[in-house]
Amino acid sequence: MADLRTNFAGITSPNPFWLASAPPTDKEYNVRRAYEAGWGGVVWKTLGEDPPVVNLSSRYGALQFEGKRLMGLNNIELISDRPLATNIAEIKRVKRDFPDRALIVSLMVPCEEHRWKAILPLIEETGADGIELNFGCPHGMSERNMGSAVGQVPEYVEMVTRWCKQNTRMPVIVKLTPNVTNILMPARAARRGGADAVSLINTIQSVIGVDLDAMAPMPVVGGKGTHGGYCGPAVKPIALRMIGEIARDPEMAGIPISGMGGISNWRDSAEFLAMGSSALQVCTAAMHYGFRIVEDMIDGLSNWMDSKEYATLPDLSGRAVSRFVPWNQLNMKFRTIAQIDQESCVGCGLCHIACEDTSHQAIAKSTGPNRREYSVIDEECVGCNLCAHVCPVDECITMTPQPVDGEMTWLEHPLNPHRLSA
Amino acid sequence: MPPDIACGRLSDDMLARNFADAHPGLTAEQAALEADRCFYCYDAPCIEACPTDIDIPRFIKAIASKNTAGAARTILQSNILGGSCARVCPTEILCEQKCVHTAIETHKPVRIGALQRFATDWQMAQPAHPFGRAAPTGRHVAVMGAGPAGLACAHRLAMLGHDVTLYDRHTRPGGLNEYGVAAYKLADDFAQKEIDFLFAIGGITYRGGTVLGETLSLATLRQEHDAVFLAIGLSGVRALGLPDESIHGVQDAVAFIEDLRSQPLATTPVGRRVVVIGGGNTAIDAAVQARRLGAEEVTLVYRRGEATMSATEVERDWAQTNGVTLRLWAAPIRLETEAGALTGVTFRRTDPPSVSGTLPGMPPQAPPAEFTLGADMVLKAIGQVFIPDPIAQDQILVENGRLVVDEKGRTTLGGVYAGGDCTAGEDLTVAAVRDGREAAKAIHDDLTLTDLSSSRTGAP
Ligand SMILES: Cc1cc2nc3c(=O)[nH]c(=O)nc-3n(C[C@H](O)[C@H](O)[C@H](O)COP(=O)(O)OP(=O)(O)OC[C@H]3O[C@@H](n4cnc5c(N)ncnc54)[C@H](O)[C@@H]3O)c2cc1C
Ligand SMILES: Cc1cc2nc3c(=O)[nH]c(=O)nc-3n(C[C@H](O)[C@H](O)[C@H](O)COP(=O)(O)O)c2cc1C
Ligand code: SF4
Ligand code: SF4
Ligand code: SF4
Repeated sequence: MADLRTNFAGITSPNPFWLASAPPTDKEYNVRRAYEAGWGGVVWKTLGEDPPVVNLSSRYGALQFEGKRLMGLNNIELISDRPLATNIAEIKRVKRDFPDRALIVSLMVPCEEHRWKAILPLIEETGADGIELNFGCPHGMSERNMGSAVGQVPEYVEMVTRWCKQNTRMPVIVKLTPNVTNILMPARAARRGGADAVSLINTIQSVIGVDLDAMAPMPVVGGKGTHGGYCGPAVKPIALRMIGEIARDPEMAGIPISGMGGISNWRDSAEFLAMGSSALQVCTAAMHYGFRIVEDMIDGLSNWMDSKEYATLPDLSGRAVSRFVPWNQLNMKFRTIAQIDQESCVGCGLCHIACEDTSHQAIAKSTGPNRREYSVIDEECVGCNLCAHVCPVDECITMTPQPVDGEMTWLEHPLNPHRLSA
Repeated sequence: MPPDIACGRLSDDMLARNFADAHPGLTAEQAALEADRCFYCYDAPCIEACPTDIDIPRFIKAIASKNTAGAARTILQSNILGGSCARVCPTEILCEQKCVHTAIETHKPVRIGALQRFATDWQMAQPAHPFGRAAPTGRHVAVMGAGPAGLACAHRLAMLGHDVTLYDRHTRPGGLNEYGVAAYKLADDFAQKEIDFLFAIGGITYRGGTVLGETLSLATLRQEHDAVFLAIGLSGVRALGLPDESIHGVQDAVAFIEDLRSQPLATTPVGRRVVVIGGGNTAIDAAVQARRLGAEEVTLVYRRGEATMSATEVERDWAQTNGVTLRLWAAPIRLETEAGALTGVTFRRTDPPSVSGTLPGMPPQAPPAEFTLGADMVLKAIGQVFIPDPIAQDQILVENGRLVVDEKGRTTLGGVYAGGDCTAGEDLTVAAVRDGREAAKAIHDDLTLTDLSSSRTGAP
């Protein structure tokens, strides 16, 4: 059995699976159930100052695709809407009863030092393992100059991080918003401010859909809608990219990354770890299926690590980072071509029409004895992978790498006008 | 003692249940789930397997996107009887047999028929007919026979702007949809509802009680119309060729079914022990409906093996789950009577020796060469035939017992077209619809593209 014990910026947990700061971690009742179900840690739903915020009714919108529910989830919820004292008391009790689990408290107060100074001792007193600064909430709170309104201005990120570092001995995790053009700007600012770690991604600004009867964006609240924060399986690619960029950035070297955004199963988890995360957070998957989904995450990750002989998380964490490079460092001599397994092909024609209409006319159609037959014209195939992605039969189309004769990147390519001369 | 043939063997309640919709329609939720299974194949093999070549992936995609109106239109523009075809088509040998899902998992095609029913049922619940008529052409076409072929032809002609008079010898239109197909396939008077829907396009006048060759001749029809479409189906049935075949209790399966489709079930007589002879769908339908009317023992006897039965595997299973006993490899040689009343049928085994005794449920020892099944009712279902009498006076070529037509449905007589069961090809509702639709197109082309403006159908 692989050892899943996690040490993240000095915070330990029995496994890397933490629930992200969100409704699943809103109160004692949920958090106890989460720990009992096996979650290694939780980031408590973001606390703010009293009086607490007020939430709306009708809060979530969902992206469905061809019968799959919750490919993406968007919400217009704010931070914790319960009195600070209630949350503090509950956090204290839960931490006392589950000393081996990580308990991080997410915080968001206005950008004034005295306000942070005021709240930090209250948190410290709960015995929580650390704090996470919510610089990410992209709706509602940002209009009050908090959340992503802070996260989008590197100077503010640095400033608030520094205040926190100066006023608490708890580890400080800065949670980044993806609603920026270059994630490195706020990430580096956090590090300059002294952050012990970063976590990302928070939700992405979005309009999930339009109610065509109400003629208003969804979720519709009394006839109108607003933009919300988007998360769930659909955002995973965005999260992976941002995590990878931070992980490979020399200025960020060595900073622990808590990765999240669309993690739904152990495989996603392994990918987030490989891209440079050393701990993980999950929200939507738990909201979709309940806390029990952590069972397969733990079990699946551990089985897979065994099969690959990764004994501990540090063995795995960041494994793919050195191979995440800019486009101009890829080998232009590499060639892969599609290969159709005629045994498993069912003759649906999807590969053909995709290639014919939108790619390189490299899949020929003929009429076989029992079904239509499709075959790759090797010379025409550019190795785009489209057919393999549209084929409804698992492993029916395989992209087959061809022998490579040396290496040449765009930097050296004869057609590159800015080619580096040797 | 006369054979035990009686009405009302079951309570009204039971009868109502037995003849209710055999496969009720999908709910919107079920349809959405099923539609999402479809791969939306390109050049989909299922389309090719549909005689009316409905664009199946297109209509299923439309159901998945909740464009039910578009789905229904896609179906109905290829097949105006898409609603009854969804219920009666043997999809297991048509579209669904070719569905690529069967290559992944046998017997698990996308349920095309059920989805088709979902869309067409939706359409029929709408107040408006989905198609309009082209500008009037001033042409008038006679359609003789109001079964699926005649109906499809009439509708397409009306759509193309022609006026149509649809004749049939029955008072009610519908052909075998109305009095042939098993009751539980077209439950709740579906055939008539569909005809009301179809007639809503306008321009079709129905004249029931008209018998071609008796009350109206083809020559007159030709004189009075710009074209004639013959869709008179098969009105004859094969006889067993045994003595006493006209004895009380021996009946044609199609006549038995027509009885039960055209009168209250409680007043439809059925034998206590019924023997059905034949291996096609008519035999299966007669046997199952006899059971469901309350016959205690129903045995279907076919002279050869399963491989040559024209009833599909699904239909054979259906018969067996309905408690019908299938006996293969036996041919009737004698009707047994006592004091002039039917008591049974004697069969001679026809099995090749290697097959003897291997059938499930048969005793292991070599069976006797002959056996007798006691019977109160014998239903003959050994095939229907085309009766050419109504057109005997006309110069129309009949070959191999069917009207001869070219690929456009033209008979050998000018201005006269034919399709459906009375022509060669598969005897299926959906094939009849295709014939009707194609003949309508040919009639339209022939009437509008060539200059026939001055004449009627060419009769001088
Ligand atoms: C018992 C039975 C069950 C069947 N079940 C199925 C099934 O489940 N699925 C399937 O796909 N197919 C089934 N079929 C076959 C299907 O019903 C036929 O293929 C289809 O009805 C043929 O259509 P048609 O319009 O050519 O002929 P028909 O439906 O036979 O219509 C012919 C019409 O012409 C009229 N007519 C005949 N002679 C004259 C005349 N001289 N003058 C005026 N009118 C006349 C008749 O009254 C009738 O209305 C079944 C057939 C039978 C007999
Ligand atoms: C309903 C909802 C409320 C959320 N509230 C908070 C919050 O209060 N503080 C915070 O830092 N992130 C909040 N998030 C963002 C999540 O913590 C997380 O960053 C995001 O959902 C991405 O992870 P996922 O794809 O696993 O859901 C919220 C997300 C959802 C769906
Ligand atoms: S999940 Fe449904 S029942 Fe529960 S709070 Fe939300 S809307 Fe209400
Ligand atoms: S997409 Fe796959 S299954 Fe479909 S035709 Fe192409 S190779 Fe065959
Ligand atoms: S073959 Fe099956 S999966 Fe393909 S389009 Fe037809 S119904 Fe859909």
